[in-house]
Formats: sequence, structure tokens, C-alpha cells
Amino acid sequence: MKILVCISNVPDTTTKITFTDNNTQFNANGVQFIVNPYDEIALARAIELTEGNGSVTVINVGVASTEPTIRKALAIGATDAVRVNVKPHDAWFVAYQIAHYVKQNPFDLILTGRESIDYNGSKVAAMLGELLDIPSVSIIKKLDVNGDSATVEREIEGGKEVLSIPFPFVAGTAEGVAEPKIPNMRGIMSARTKPLTVVEPVAVDVNSNIISYETPAARGQVKLLPAEDAGKLIELLHTEARVI
Amino acid sequence: MPVLIYAENADGKFKKSIFEAVSYAKAIADQNNTSLTAISIGDVAVDELSALGKYGADKVLNVSNDRLKTFVNQAYASVIAEAAKKEGTDIVVLSNSFSGRGLAPRVAVKLNAGIIDGAVSLPDQSGGKFIVKKTAFSGKAFAFTELTSANKVISLTPNTYKVVETGGTAAIEDFAAEVKEGDFKVMLKEIVRSTDKVSLPDAEIVVSGGRGLKGPENWGMIEELADLLGAATACSKPVSDAGWRPHSEHVGQTGIAVSPNLYIAIGISGAIQHLAGISASKVIVVINKDPEAPFYKVADYGIVGDAFEVVPKLIEAIKQHKAIA
Ligand SMILES: Cc1cc2nc3c(=O)[nH]c(=O)nc-3n(C[C@H](O)[C@H](O)[C@H](O)COP(=O)(O)OP(=O)(O)OC[C@H]3O[C@@H](n4cnc5c(N)ncnc54)[C@H](O)[C@@H]3O)c2cc1C
Ligand SMILES: Nc1ncnc2c1ncn2[C@@H]1O[C@H](COP(=O)(O)O)[C@@H](O)[C@H]1O
Repeated sequence: MKILVCISNVPDTTTKITFTDNNTQFNANGVQFIVNPYDEIALARAIELTEGNGSVTVINVGVASTEPTIRKALAIGATDAVRVNVKPHDAWFVAYQIAHYVKQNPFDLILTGRESIDYNGSKVAAMLGELLDIPSVSIIKKLDVNGDSATVEREIEGGKEVLSIPFPFVAGTAEGVAEPKIPNMRGIMSARTKPLTVVEPVAVDVNSNIISYETPAARGQVKLLPAEDAGKLIELLHTEARVI
Repeated sequence: MPVLIYAENADGKFKKSIFEAVSYAKAIADQNNTSLTAISIGDVAVDELSALGKYGADKVLNVSNDRLKTFVNQAYASVIAEAAKKEGTDIVVLSNSFSGRGLAPRVAVKLNAGIIDGAVSLPDQSGGKFIVKKTAFSGKAFAFTELTSANKVISLTPNTYKVVETGGTAAIEDFAAEVKEGDFKVMLKEIVRSTDKVSLPDAEIVVSGGRGLKGPENWGMIEELADLLGAATACSKPVSDAGWRPHSEHVGQTGIAVSPNLYIAIGISGAIQHLAGISASKVIVVINKDPEAPFYKVADYGIVGDAFEVVPKLIEAIKQHKAIA
């Protein structure tokens, strides 16, 4: 089985998000970039599913500075890597580049994370499905392979659906699909020599632009109540905050 | 060109998040001096469909094709795109539900539309632009995003737009959508309902527990408190990692982002990754025995104390409050 795992290069989860140039640019100063945590889950499952029988290619749409993230994915256990050499503009732009690559290099299964923890929000998986005219499931909690189809569990409000899907398809992975893998010494050594192919982007019409950013409004001073005064809290939530 | 809203049903009923999305779509239709068409797919009774008129839908397209009784994102996307073309719509609104996330991007690709996911504001259309505020960085920030395409798809974050009753009535039309065999490759084998009474993404009140609760055996009081408040239960990441609670309850940057009216955090320190998923909550209450816990910096109300003493007191106080009210 040939699996493609899409990895995005995102600010470490401990990053305090700030902006520069009048709130129009993300402030990457001093920010550590990592493999998007959900993509690590996808990668871990892909490696489990292909053990002794298949390959895992990782693809990233990004400029050369993302290569440490790609090497990390290779160290974790991907077979080879592809980088589409362009700054990712938005989910549509990314999906278009990846779909273009996949049309020339078919895979049985394409995995993404459920969402990238930076700008986007659960769009690449379904867009890829549509661009490739194959099924997509945007948020899955479980993925098992049986012959030429897979059984996946999809999260829904108040429960889950169990689905059977023939290959090829796209799935966005969430927690539960696999435990992230930590690279070992051998992985780190071999990552340096594993193939990383750089391909040039294709032209695509852009249809969205981020104009500016805002951070959530600071809250007022917290009102602290003594432990004995639980009753008072309920009263305040009712009369002052009006939420119960 | 009417605005089109996809009214997702859950077992034949529309939830509050759909009334929010219809109200939101109605406001966009008003901005553009146009009408609002809703589309419903699946088995929904006529009464339920016409109730969408109350929130501003002028017309409801009802798709009750046998093949489309259960959700398949590929097929539903085809139907919605077909309806958009027939209606001459240039703006499609959906709710950013779990199903909506699998659907909206496919609709956008079919319509050559730019897409805003997780919208939290109405579009600002001044100066001929179309700019919508959306969540970014998993809740740590917002991005004002401009769509430049002729067609546009917006998915609305639940609990961020108020339901507005306009009191109109909607005409119901059957919509005979074409179905393509190729759209039905995904087979639904089973739906498993969780036993939670209130689903977390829809909840208006969330009671959340962290590692401070020591173990899964102590969740009885969390559930009792949630029950009394009509709230959903949630937890921090280490709690679901340890298997004390299911992964579907984990909120935060790598879990789900919630935007309830009230978020009560009990025994949770307030790590930056946790706060990312809950900062859109309207009111935050923190119960933690450590007065230095970072969570207090973003809280509206707090009780510094031992959860095992404070929570039973809260439960008593709510019972009393209910008895009076
Ligand atoms: C890549 C990555 C992603 C992450 N994503 C998330 C995420 O999405 N969501 C998330 O929640 N975390 C996430 N984390 C973990 C996060 O960094 C914190 O470790 C976690 O949120 C801490 O959980 P906690 O507050 O329950 O536990 P702790 O940090 O152990 O805090 C327990 C709190 O309980 C208090 N306490 C103890 N006993 C009592 C008592 N009897 N009564 C009252 N209070 C008491 C303590 O004072 C303390 O503040 C992530 C971490 C990483 C590295
Ligand atoms: N620049 C990128 N390169 C490769 N894959 C990406 C990129 N951006 C997003 N993805 C993939 O798409 C998933 C969902 O991202 P999004 O739809 O942007 O939230 C991520 O988890 C990645 O798997």
C-alpha cells in the first residue's frame, strides 16, 4: 500500500501568538516550528499500516525553511518526502498543489491532520477529495484496513459513525487513530539520507486573503470568591453574568 | 441572487446551531437586498421545515431522495452545489459542524468559491469588499479574511451568532436532485450514540475537569453538576490521554474548540494549549486550589479552593437556586 501523508509546518503549541506590521503579519520571531500535531498522528498510523508492505511519502507545501519539519517526519519513519516549493497561501492553494502532485503520482490512501493548528481549519482533506473526485472523511478517530477498503470511525455531534470506504480516499486524522511516534537514533541518522524531492508549484487562482489579525479581547479582572461562598457564585452567574 | 443556507438535520430535527446559521444567512441576505433559500436533505417533517421560515428563510428546498437519507458528504455536496446553481446563488452558508467540515470545502471547490471556515462575524461588505472574521491559530487569534471570488462559502461557528426570530413563513418546494453513483462510495455501517445527554460542540454550558480531580472515579460530581446545569462535560488533554475520559471530551488546541456561554474549569491549570480551545467562551469560571494557577488570568469568576469541597457546595447551591426559581 502506498500512503501519502500531508504535513504542515506550524508554530509549536506553546507559542504565544502575536502579530506585527499593524496586526497584518504573524510574528515568527523566536517561534519554534513543528510538525502539525494531528499530522504526526496520521504519520504514525501510516507507518503502522505499511509495516513490511508499502511506503509512506510525506508532502509539504512550503519554502526551504520547512525542511527541518520534513526531516523530522522522515526520522519518525516516512519512506521519502516531497516539498512543493512555495509559501502556502491558504487551504485551497495547498490542496490544489497536493492534488496536482497526486494526479501524477497516485496513492491508495491520502492522510491529512484534522486541521492545521495555524491559519486554516479542516479544509484541505475535503478539498483534496473533491479535486481528485474521490471520497473524503474530514475527522476520523479510527482507521483499519481490510483488503481493498478501510473501516473508519467519524466523529459526529453526540457520537460516531462507522464507515466503510474503498481505496483511494482522503481522511483527516484526529486523536485515537494512533499514538504519535518519537524518532529513535537510527531514524534520525537515516532521515538525512532519505530522498526529499523538491517540486515547483503550479499556478492557481487565489480566492481568499487574510487582511489582518486580532487576538481575543483581554478579560476584566477575575472576581474571586472564598471557598465557602459557592452559593454567591451561583447567584452572580444568574443575576450578573446571566448565563444560568 | 438569493443566499443559500444548508439546514443540516439531526435525526429529522434542526438544532439551535442551525437556527443560528439561518439567522446569520438571513442577515447576509438583508445586507444584499435579496431573499434566503434553505436546503434540507434527508427525512424532515413538513412542520419542522416550515419552522425555518421563523428565522428568515423565504423558501425551503426539500430533498427527500431515498439515497440521500443518510449523510454522505460527497453526494450532499453535489446536491447543494446543484441547488446553488439552480437558484443562481453566490453565497452559501453552512454550520461548522463535524459534517459541515466535510461538506463546505467540497461545495466550495464545486462552485469555484472562496471559503471562510469558522466565521464568527457577519461579512463586512463596505467598499465592495467581503471580509469575515474567523477563528485562527486554534482559538488563539482571529483572522479577518477577504474573499475575492464571485461565489462564496461560509461556515459559521456554533454559538457565535444569536438566533433571531423574524416570524416569516417559508414556502416548501421539493427539489429533485440528481444523484451520481460515484458519490456513494462511502458506506455507513453503524451510528453509535454516546450516552452524553448534551453534545459538547453544541453545549451552551460546559463543565470541564482536569488532572486536579485525581482519577476517573471522581467524575460523579462533575456529571452531577453538569446535569443540574444542562451542561456538557469536557476535560483537559492529560485526562483523556490517561483514559479517564473519552478523547471526544478533550478541549484545547489539539482537541476541540468550544464557545459556550459558560465554561466551568475544575482542577485545570490553564496551560496555553488548553486556553486556546476555550477562549471564545463568554463567561469563564475557574475552581482551583492554587491561587497562582494561570487559568485565573483569563477567568471572570473564580473560587480558590479544593474541588472536593467546592463542587458539592456548588451542587447544593444550584439545587437551592432551582427550588426558588
Ligand atoms: C503538543 C501539545 C498539545 C497540547 N494540547 C492540549 C490541549 O489541546 N488541551 C489541553 O488541555 N492540554 C493540552 N496540552 C497539555 C497542556 O500543556 C497541559 O499539560 C494540560 O492542559 C494540563 O492539564 P491539567 O490542567 O488538567 O493538569 P495539571 O497541569 O496537572 O493541573 C492540575 C491543576 O489542578 C489543580 N488542583 C490539584 N488538586 C486540586 C484540587 N483538589 N482542587 C482544585 N484544584 C486542584 C492544580 O492546582 C493544577 O492547577 C498539550 C501539550 C502539548 C505538548
Ligand atoms: N502547507 C501544507 N503542506 C502540506 N499539507 C498541509 C499544509 N497545510 C495543511 N496541510 C494538511 O492539511 C491538513 C488540514 O489543514 P487545514 O485544512 O489547513 O486545517 C493538515 O493537518 C495537513 O495534513
